[in-house]
Amino acid sequence: MGHQGVDIPDFVSHRNENEERFRESPYSEFGYEEPVPPKKTISKKQRNKTYGRVAYLFSALFLSMIGYMIYFQTVKTEELNRNPNNSKKDAQEEYVVRGSIFSADGEILAGTNVDEDGVETRLYPLGNLFAHVVGYTSKGKSGLEAIYNNDLMTSNQSITDKVASGTQNKKEQGNTLILTLDTRIQQAASEALGAYKGAVVVMEPSTGKILAMVSKPDFDPNNLDERWEFLTAEDSQSPLLNRALQGLYPPGSTFKILTALEYLREHPTDYQNYWYECQGAFSQDEVQIKCYDYEVHGYEDLQTSFQNSCNTSFANIGLQLDCDQFAKTCEEFLFNSKLPTVMPYSSSQFVLNGKSSYGEIMTTAIGQGDTLVSPFHMALITSAVANDGVLMYPYLVDRVENVDGVLVKETKAIPYKELMTETEASILTDFMVSVVQYGTATRLSGLGYTVAGKTGSAEYEVNGNTGNEENFSTHSWFVGFSNVEDPDIVVSVIAEDGGTGNSAAVPIAKAVFDAYYAMQYN
Amino acid sequence: MVNLIIQFSKYAIILLMAIYTMQSYIVFSKKDEEDKEFLFLRQNLMMFMIHFIAFVNMYLKMEQPKLLFYYGAQFIYLAATLVFFRNLYPRASKLIVNHMCMLITIGFIMITRLSYDQSIKQFKIAAVSTVIALIIPVIIRKVKVITRWTWLYAAVGIGALGAVAVAAQTTYGAKLGFSFGGFSVQPSEFVKIIFVFCMAGMLGNAKNFKDIVVTTAVAAVHVLILVYSTDLGGALIFFVTYMIMLYVSTRKVSYLLAGLAAGALAAVAAYFLFSHVRQRVDIWMDPFRDYENSGYQIAQSMFAIAAGGWFGTGLFQGSPGSIPIVEQDFMFAAISEELGAIFAICFILVCMSCYIMFVNIAMRLSNRFYRLVALGLGTMYAVQVFLTIGGAMKFIPMTGVTIPLVSYGGSSMLSTMIMFAVIQGLYILREDEEDQIERFRERKLAMERQRYYGAPRG
Repeated sequence: MGHQGVDIPDFVSHRNENEERFRESPYSEFGYEEPVPPKKTISKKQRNKTYGRVAYLFSALFLSMIGYMIYFQTVKTEELNRNPNNSKKDAQEEYVVRGSIFSADGEILAGTNVDEDGVETRLYPLGNLFAHVVGYTSKGKSGLEAIYNNDLMTSNQSITDKVASGTQNKKEQGNTLILTLDTRIQQAASEALGAYKGAVVVMEPSTGKILAMVSKPDFDPNNLDERWEFLTAEDSQSPLLNRALQGLYPPGSTFKILTALEYLREHPTDYQNYWYECQGAFSQDEVQIKCYDYEVHGYEDLQTSFQNSCNTSFANIGLQLDCDQFAKTCEEFLFNSKLPTVMPYSSSQFVLNGKSSYGEIMTTAIGQGDTLVSPFHMALITSAVANDGVLMYPYLVDRVENVDGVLVKETKAIPYKELMTETEASILTDFMVSVVQYGTATRLSGLGYTVAGKTGSAEYEVNGNTGNEENFSTHSWFVGFSNVEDPDIVVSVIAEDGGTGNSAAVPIAKAVFDAYYAMQYN
Repeated sequence: MVNLIIQFSKYAIILLMAIYTMQSYIVFSKKDEEDKEFLFLRQNLMMFMIHFIAFVNMYLKMEQPKLLFYYGAQFIYLAATLVFFRNLYPRASKLIVNHMCMLITIGFIMITRLSYDQSIKQFKIAAVSTVIALIIPVIIRKVKVITRWTWLYAAVGIGALGAVAVAAQTTYGAKLGFSFGGFSVQPSEFVKIIFVFCMAGMLGNAKNFKDIVVTTAVAAVHVLILVYSTDLGGALIFFVTYMIMLYVSTRKVSYLLAGLAAGALAAVAAYFLFSHVRQRVDIWMDPFRDYENSGYQIAQSMFAIAAGGWFGTGLFQGSPGSIPIVEQDFMFAAISEELGAIFAICFILVCMSCYIMFVNIAMRLSNRFYRLVALGLGTMYAVQVFLTIGGAMKFIPMTGVTIPLVSYGGSSMLSTMIMFAVIQGLYILREDEEDQIERFRERKLAMERQRYYGAPRG
């Protein structure tokens, strides 16, 4: 008899009560020690309840780990696989040929050539044109090659194809990326930027699709190994840096979009009553703010201040703002915080607070001071203005397909954040239209399409903080969008040392708009 | 072709593991002894099939004939362990024996895959440990006096931990053990068992609040020494085990809550007092902030689990070697990477099944001391599994403890085998008692029968 191997947990079925019945038994008569020393009379059931609770508690811990594993695999995996530090997929190189990358208009941007001996070479047929955004795979990985490494090194070929290549000892073919980038716009932007250092970002505000992302100086990813020393030399002007995402510049007058917005927010009903008489320069606490070339703008309201990009008026506006509130607005606009992108980027910086000095406030209000921003971030802000205040999640990869063109996954346009109200967006749009019609970007008026925009001339000291006037140089900025009624594209341009916005950045933006509309009507 | 076989194998291994896991829970609903016996044998079949498939994969990748012999040796060892336990101790819980062998099998597979040399070492230790483990139930049965050495346990435990704290080498930021002649011993692994015996003795005899205070003080000394040695994982294991033992012996939820509150307070204090605690928490919050240095290990572990996905990369198709000290603290990440998340989830369920059986055994024991020992050792096991698996997934901050029976490490292997064997010994003891009760009842019945019907006529 005996209860051999009874494996039913007692906290599930209580059925062992016999010990109490034999409490008085004279065990010693059989030569055994008394197995039950009941010091206190606690029922076994009561005792086992405590043990049961402990069992449930730890079972809950174990199950929570399983829950976390499921969460990990469904939610976190993708982001981890995309982490630029993740080299896990390198182990797959033995079994998978890296997939290709195509532009939205079907041009091949990166592909792997396998010769007869099985030697693989990664080729970039368009050379420098997409160098930063597509990236490279020798000397480490960068750009989309790094971020989408996992997709490129994963093969979603059909099972029959996999078995076929497996039996022939051939490698499987990795998945293909189809980008949102268009070679025609990219080409136009790159040519227009020409010899300037700087960046151009073109984006569709209604979807978040990035249509072009150019950074200069650039490099040819096909001969990276030979040129590596030259490219990374100290005086090389960082050609490997993707200035569109990682370059931080003072925003100059393009920042007046946010200063004007803050004024609108603090004066929602009476902003139209603002007026100021510009005399070309303005001083407070020994800090002088001057308009470009000491130009005297005379009487201005908020819109004409914006349209003339009047520094003295905006310095005056700055002094009327609640700096803590201003900082909060800028943080809502993603300053000092994360940007919505999977690509590596530099966070923009805004440092104003309630304790800031007049000088700091005035310079910050006109986009100088310690504020720093990337061309990509300016494109996002402009895109929110163009899209009724809503920023769409920006993306570069439209879809992932297997080598035979079967869809694996597709990016959907999703709103990221409502940065401002529709009304605010519409007022800012009007301001930006007036810039093009009467202000600093009139080159963009009277074309086959309408444009709203803002120029900027961001001063900086070439050799650091010397305070010497001769050392100042100016970056040329433009941000804006075309087809104002139903915006098609947003363009953000910076040309380093390009002078005023109007002189360098505006013609570059125009070339991009022209290319876009030429493309639409051909 | 090899790649194809490995890809096919990984699905087979997942399927076998899933069946094994289901069986370990189905058995709870089976009443019939023969059904159960049959189920346990089928579990062994699953285990041997996984072992076989894994070695076929490894042979295809490593192409070394010595692997064939090694496979044979491991097979014989596993079979012998099963046969010996079944025959020497027919009353031992077969589910626990099966789980023990299964976990050892998974450990063998992964360590062999990661480092052949280490696996040979581990294999030898496992064999020795098994022999020791086979003797333990006899000791438990015969040496009744082990229930009374309470203060001796306290002295030995504190002494050993103290010696480590004062004199041991520092490895990976924590003082863990001594090494002599190529062997390194981690005393804290063995103090775990002694500690549970000590606490069981003290709590079992506690008659008033003063006794509880004294017991708590003794436990606190253990924990504080471990904190001083910066073995945070160890400290946490001892602390939680003590709290649970205190709770079941007093049945006062208030003690448990007070203990947890004190623990939480101590954790917060430790966060602000010790930079290495702060560092652990910082890494947990964001391993990528200091990716190159402190965050590297946990980041690699997460990459590994992510790379594995649901089905894993297949044996030898991943790169678990990129995680520093993978074979000890991050075995779970290696398992997840190459065998997949589904396998890993089954693995967690097997560990959970072990724990449920441990508590079950504790509940069936009638002697207070034995009961507390079974529960204490079981809890130690559960906390350790939770810390190492949770840590590898970044569910909780990493504390640097091993997965019992799976991770590489001699002290851990031996002490866990002893733990399992002690619980088995207690189970067998209980079955003895039930037998006595049964025999007593029969005899009483016979006596009564005799009284009514007279002596049986031949």
